[in-house]
Amino acid sequence: MDWVNVAIQGILLGGLYALFATGLALVFGVMRMVNLAHGDLGILAAFVALFIVQSLGVGVLWASVITIVIMFLVGYLLQRGLLNFTLGADDTRPIVVTFGLSIIIQNGLIMWFSADSQGLDAGTIENISVKINDQLSIGWYPLLVFIASIAVIAGLQLFLGRTKLGRAFRATSDDREAAELMGINNRHIYGLAMAIALAIVALAGILLAVRTTFDPTQGAFRLIYAFEAVIMGGMGSMWGTLIGGIVLGVSQTIGSQAFGAGWGLLVGHLVFLTVLAVRPSGFFAKTVTA
Amino acid sequence: MSVLEIQDVDVFYGDFQALFKVSFTVEEGQTFACIGANGGGKSTLLRTVAGLQRPRSGTVLFQGKPVDQISAHDRVKLGIALVPEGRRVFPSLSVYENLQIGAYGGRKGDWSIESVMELFPLLKPLSKRQASSLSGGEQQALAIGRALMSNPTLLLLDEVSLGLAPVVIKRIYEAMVHLVGIGTTIVVVEQDVQHVLTVADHVACFLEGRISLEGKPSDLSSEAITAAYFGM
Repeated sequence: MDWVNVAIQGILLGGLYALFATGLALVFGVMRMVNLAHGDLGILAAFVALFIVQSLGVGVLWASVITIVIMFLVGYLLQRGLLNFTLGADDTRPIVVTFGLSIIIQNGLIMWFSADSQGLDAGTIENISVKINDQLSIGWYPLLVFIASIAVIAGLQLFLGRTKLGRAFRATSDDREAAELMGINNRHIYGLAMAIALAIVALAGILLAVRTTFDPTQGAFRLIYAFEAVIMGGMGSMWGTLIGGIVLGVSQTIGSQAFGAGWGLLVGHLVFLTVLAVRPSGFFAKTVTA
Repeated sequence: MSVLEIQDVDVFYGDFQALFKVSFTVEEGQTFACIGANGGGKSTLLRTVAGLQRPRSGTVLFQGKPVDQISAHDRVKLGIALVPEGRRVFPSLSVYENLQIGAYGGRKGDWSIESVMELFPLLKPLSKRQASSLSGGEQQALAIGRALMSNPTLLLLDEVSLGLAPVVIKRIYEAMVHLVGIGTTIVVVEQDVQHVLTVADHVACFLEGRISLEGKPSDLSSEAITAAYFGM
């Protein structure tokens, strides 16, 4: 029963990884841009929420709502004010600029909040669980995080598939110039894509911060897990990203159980490398050419 | 009033000059054909009118107003639609979605998905298909239909017959005649001179970035056109 328990923990953890990865996948899908500051922006959101809780004295729930709105706006302004200018000429420019951004965010957080570990306290929800049978119980909080991940991915999929704006996202992704000819302002679309990506990663960052302690250097790890989830799932498929996240989560928890704590991360990376070697385009690669 | 007026337009790609002081006027309801060999600057001209390319000097006037400062996505809302070379349909979107995207700018007019499918009945059964799975001719019909969905005053067609079967070309030219009949102003770029002269009421021949000959097809001898085409 231990192993079942461990696998379930892994699946639930995978939901959080997928949530971190969704924004990364969206931004890459719409504008072919790799955002190396993605993980740090999620951790930044956790600190913003912490700051709001401490300074305004509101609960974590309200702080989350405010933070998500703030990160949405930050995303739009960041894209239109800075990142749009890095696009086009060559692929390395956005990588260099977002790498720089990642360093600035990390060090800014260390200056402001120190390098100490922090926690966000969401109250009793963190400690209650549902009992499946004598040996197996699932924490409410990890379950809630998993459900939130699925809801976000399903919502994003609906948005992309069914709405006028979602269609414009896909058209811009297919052919930016042809989309311009349809009256679509690609700079605005890119701004919105980054805004949505940061709103989602803000949620992920806050959910992570409630689950464990966090500090300013965590962003880099989050970025790597997110990359692994996206690549295993297959570029361009949101549900693939969820599966990728779950595979990563299960590999890590099973690895820890089998070889001892600390080995889990290594097993996660090894599984990722194996998938990359056997199926380089991921589980659900979706690429279409004219 | 003229729909389109090009005044002394110079266009560059980096250091390479593609158009040299090009000027001409397109009147309302006219079908204006740009012919000429490859590299003559015809496509560059259409891209400049659509706003994808900016002239280094000179002015483009649409319905009497300069549009040089207006971006491509806003020109669609004024009523300029370009069917780009190579069709450029959105491959991952369905035929229906491609047409929906055509109406993104929200310009009012008579065109609807139904009327586009009436003009190109071959699109009807393909509605749910992914555009990437269409044949070249089907994609061309879709690209024109998509442009019509923006209810253009001025329709720019770039190389519409390139690489298509004669029967498909015939159908596209029939559609063009229909569009002219309902008052659409068209600028068409073509390499197939014989075909385009059957629908055009004004023709300009481009040679190395300049207009080498211009006039009504009925006034121009085929020798003169050949000479202008090849620069002899």
